[in-house]
Amino acid sequence: MANVSLEKVSKTYGRHQVIPELSITIRDGECFTFLGPSGCGKTVILRLIAGFERLTAGEIFIGDRLVSSVEKDVFLPPEARKIGVVFQDYAVWPHKTAYENVAYPLQMQKIPSAEAKERTLAAIEQVNLGSLENRLPFQLSGGQQQRVALARALVSRPEIMLLDEPLSNLDANLREEMRFEITALRKQTGVTILYVTHDQEVALAISDRIAVMDKTGRIRQIGPPDDIYEKPVNPFIFKFMGVSNFIPLEYRDGQVFIAEGDSPLSYSLPEGVLDRIRRHELIAGCRPYDIELTHDDSSPTRGIIKRVIFLGSTIDYRVALGAQEIRVQQDVRDAGQGGIPFRDGDSVGLNFLNLKWFENRDLNEEVES
Amino acid sequence: MIRKLFENFGIAEILLVLSVLILVIVVAVPILLILWTALFVNGSLNTRDILKTLSEPETYMALKNSLIIAAGVTFFSTIAGVFFAWLVARTDLPFKETMRVLFLIPFMLPPFIGALAWKMLLSPRAGYINKFLSDLFGLDGSLFNIYSLSGIIAVETMYLFPFVFLQVAGALERMDPTLEESARISGAGLLTITRKITLPLMTPSVAAGALLVALYSLAHFGVPAILGTERGIYNIPTKIYEQIYQSGGSFGSIRTATILSSILLIAAGLILYLQNLVLKAGRFQVIAGKSMRPMLLKLRGLRIPLLLFSILYIFITVILPTATIFLVGSLKTYGISFTMENMSLANLKYIFFEWKMTKDAIWNSLYLALGAAFVTMITGTLISYSIVKIKVRGRFILEFLGLLPFSVPGTVIAIGVILMWSGKFGINLYNTAWIIFIAYIARYMAFSLKSNSAALEQVSDSLEEAARASGATHWQSLKDIVIPLIKPGMVAAFFLVFLPALRELTTSILLYGPKTRTIGVAIYALNEDGETVYAATLASVALVIIIIGQIVIKRVTRSRIEGI
Amino acid sequence: MSHVKLQDVTKRFGPVVAVNRLSIEIPQGECFSMLGPSGCGKTTTLRMVAGFEDLDEGEISVGGKIFSSSFKKYYLPPEKRDFGMVFQAFAVWPHLNVFNNVAFPLQIRKMPKAEIEERTRRAITYTGLSGSEETYPNELSSGQKQRIALARAIAINPTVMLLDEPLSNLDPKLREEMRFEIKDLQRKFGFTIIYVTHDQAEAMALSDRILVMSEGNVQQIDTPLNIYHKPANKFVFSFIGLSNFLPVEIADNAVYIEGQRDAGSLNVALPSRTQERRLILATRPFEIDIVREGGVRGTVKRVTYLGDVVDYRAMIGNVEVRIQKNRIKEILREGQPCGLKFNRILWYEHQP
Repeated sequence: MANVSLEKVSKTYGRHQVIPELSITIRDGECFTFLGPSGCGKTVILRLIAGFERLTAGEIFIGDRLVSSVEKDVFLPPEARKIGVVFQDYAVWPHKTAYENVAYPLQMQKIPSAEAKERTLAAIEQVNLGSLENRLPFQLSGGQQQRVALARALVSRPEIMLLDEPLSNLDANLREEMRFEITALRKQTGVTILYVTHDQEVALAISDRIAVMDKTGRIRQIGPPDDIYEKPVNPFIFKFMGVSNFIPLEYRDGQVFIAEGDSPLSYSLPEGVLDRIRRHELIAGCRPYDIELTHDDSSPTRGIIKRVIFLGSTIDYRVALGAQEIRVQQDVRDAGQGGIPFRDGDSVGLNFLNLKWFENRDLNEEVES
Repeated sequence: MIRKLFENFGIAEILLVLSVLILVIVVAVPILLILWTALFVNGSLNTRDILKTLSEPETYMALKNSLIIAAGVTFFSTIAGVFFAWLVARTDLPFKETMRVLFLIPFMLPPFIGALAWKMLLSPRAGYINKFLSDLFGLDGSLFNIYSLSGIIAVETMYLFPFVFLQVAGALERMDPTLEESARISGAGLLTITRKITLPLMTPSVAAGALLVALYSLAHFGVPAILGTERGIYNIPTKIYEQIYQSGGSFGSIRTATILSSILLIAAGLILYLQNLVLKAGRFQVIAGKSMRPMLLKLRGLRIPLLLFSILYIFITVILPTATIFLVGSLKTYGISFTMENMSLANLKYIFFEWKMTKDAIWNSLYLALGAAFVTMITGTLISYSIVKIKVRGRFILEFLGLLPFSVPGTVIAIGVILMWSGKFGINLYNTAWIIFIAYIARYMAFSLKSNSAALEQVSDSLEEAARASGATHWQSLKDIVIPLIKPGMVAAFFLVFLPALRELTTSILLYGPKTRTIGVAIYALNEDGETVYAATLASVALVIIIIGQIVIKRVTRSRIEGI
Repeated sequence: MSHVKLQDVTKRFGPVVAVNRLSIEIPQGECFSMLGPSGCGKTTTLRMVAGFEDLDEGEISVGGKIFSSSFKKYYLPPEKRDFGMVFQAFAVWPHLNVFNNVAFPLQIRKMPKAEIEERTRRAITYTGLSGSEETYPNELSSGQKQRIALARAIAINPTVMLLDEPLSNLDPKLREEMRFEIKDLQRKFGFTIIYVTHDQAEAMALSDRILVMSEGNVQQIDTPLNIYHKPANKFVFSFIGLSNFLPVEIADNAVYIEGQRDAGSLNVALPSRTQERRLILATRPFEIDIVREGGVRGTVKRVTYLGDVVDYRAMIGNVEVRIQKNRIKEILREGQPCGLKFNRILWYEHQP
């Protein structure tokens, strides 16, 4: 229901600059996710927008209201910002029933009791908690508590919703359910959602746009999920979004070879890439399932199977290629009749289906959290 | 204008300032004053008096005794504490759960009342047990003399060992059993495991318990006063009392007292330092996640004997003295035999309803304890909030100041309070109940802080932030969210202060005036005056109040837990 | 001759039967996992093998030597069983440095000092801890603590290693790495491994054979491949990987989703062995093709883009089916009509 603008926002603790200058606009009604490893500062951004922390520099607008500004000495406390917040540990008040939890924001707004009751019950229905409203939190499961938190955040009809890793304490099935409910709620109410997480799967599943952050607090790429996944601008993002292989290449005798190996690369290179490989500027990135393995000679690129791991629906191979070991994943269906076509020690041919190209010098960035 | 003040400085800042003010006035200044008065006279270093006091053989004696007693009590308490903790947590002793509760009862008895009882039982000529044994074996002299260093050590050990017991039993029960299981699978038998794994891992808990015992014993007035002064055995607190009492509260004696207090402070500091060394050698996280039963030693043939031994121990240390107090307290005259005609409830009636001195003492203690408990509860909450929730850089100072009184002997606090509130800053509270009140607050603030901090730490920041996001101001979120959630901690803090304050002696003995006796002081005074029976009667009253208080705490804290 | 043998092992806690007549034979050098949800009895079984619990009935023997037997009323305590064991919470002693932790079992056996030194250093090297001999556990990460536990377990050169959910407390990336390290150690030393876990991916990746347990009972013992492709029952099917259980009815020699004949028949062969009209058809999300034209007709209810896969929920009437597709393939949108084609399926009885 409102957009959020950050202009030249920065935050420093002591001598440690957690958020370097950040300017970004989150559109009205979109689901925008800040994705990054722990400690990257994504939660700090959320807290700055909520008003739980103060800016070191810059300005924050919610809608067209200025809520935080260092230059103009403006600071609207959290209670005045018309936001809904869902915390990682749910933050459901243990001494109040589910109903009382959800009704509290309306109590603070001094909404007349008949209307408050109606809206509270409606919010509880909306998150599928009807008939549980008189329970105390300790009588509710983790998932149910999380829904109380959601209802509480929505009941006051906030302009924006801030969610700080709300699903990480739930088991896998529940996480999927809640992802869907959050998206459904957004569609119903049109509220703008700011989501913070380190789990790239959640980010891909619910977001309209994702901002991927690195450990220094900088945003490395913003875009819709499939852009981030299919067209990562650097190796950091490629690594962060999923299992990745990096294949160094070199140019010898008029052909592109796997570096430090005898195998030529059989792949139709895009415009300009060949020259840059010649100048040692590029490295290829590839997802494990974008590589085909063959027994026969159809591919000149050869490797040796080092390890075979059967994982149920997929088979995971470690293949020695040139000087390194890469991971290849094969759908168990493609493997044919439920068997495992390749064994330790087999010599295999590799076909690359979808290579991405990165600058060599970007390669050494740390991505680990 | 007040409104503007509130606008510019949020609740957080105000709380912080208040906290600092309270702690500085109540805790820091008195202690600093002691050091100042001890070290300086009229602005220059007071080496003459310091040396004079230090070189007196009496001072040296008192210090020596203090250290011997503290060392002895610590040593024996550690042995008893570890042994019984082991028995209860790691063996198949029958009725373990009951024994665990019984071993904590000595906590409830004020040591000086225990000393009183033991005096009646084991004094060289009139002691009941001595007389009994002499008659039995036809002896000339008496077997035991409670008026000795060993008597003091024995009595203090009886009532202080639960400190060690509690720490070690708790640690043994919470220890991760796989630490011992992995030793077992590595080939070690039970004895080896105990020696190489369990005991070393217990060191921090033992050290923690031993520290509490050492500090308490070092600072303790009651037992040495009742069992030692008669024979000229002084420790520092009793020496300080003697100095002030003999000189009628002259300033010279107070100065000497400050020098002695400084010695006490240094000794306490040394003990803390020692403990830190021991703890640094092993900061262990040994708490288990899953609850699995630890390995139990099968006592086999020793089961019943050890059970009997434990029961005997409880009998001797708890039941015997308590019974003695109650019985003697109802005697018409001391020394006559315990027959029905010789006993009556008349004494009780007298001290409770008729004798002004005792009546006043009971009511004084009740008011002072209630007042101190209430005030420390409120201020403790305030200060804990500042420490735990307000992320200011200087809060470690607050924490330090708040917990300092834990290690400062009650005697020292009393002296400090005398120095500060006897007209130095324009207010003279000496000989009034107020000075005792302030001393109690200084002394017990730390208890309240610990309890409230623990409760506050359970209230995660996000609970308050969720309230703010829901539209509540900081003040509203305190009112609606924080306070309801820490109520159990506040109630616990209240009782944590009320009971000890009710029964204490060490601090009020230096601060009381003719109209402001506490129960402890009254019992002590009656004993000093030779009114053994009345002392016992008043002691029985004190015991009954304490027991009722304990039951109420259990009720209240249990129902709180169930309620939440 | 099998190396580790359990025969009709039973354990009760009060009225609850935690382990019910379990019989296993594990050959030397095998990596054998016990897999199941918490409370299924796998940890109790491991503890009985280790000797921390005594069995109520049955017999456990290792290398022909009896360790626990209810028939012969025999029970050998854990310290005499010569196992290497690794626990979930590492159980590394905080007051001993790395070297002394690893050397402990050797010191207990009173080996000559030189031999202790040599074996300890060797174990430390093999687990990648060289250089950390003097450090104390609290200065090390979880992964390293677990390596200390591993080193300590292999120091005595055991013939059997017992591992109780050793990787559950580690983060996902580390877990994968350490799986390989454990396998490598097994290859190098040749010991038998009995591994307990609730993580089916882990069991699949590590084991030569898996025992799937539920509520004290054996559900299936087989190789990972067979357990995945030929699960013995619904429990095993659903525990090992994502699953769909679709109620179907058979009419006119064709298979339909129950109550949804209008959607069309499924392109699967009729089950041969049963006369039932109503059955459960079990299939993996990956084994279903979701297409625009043809197949059993339904509607796309939900599409979730997960990067490497797209997760679909399709409704055939009121029956929800989960499909997962490699993202390269065509993507359908929510609300669109779709068709489902089934590939590998299994049949189960329809139970109320």
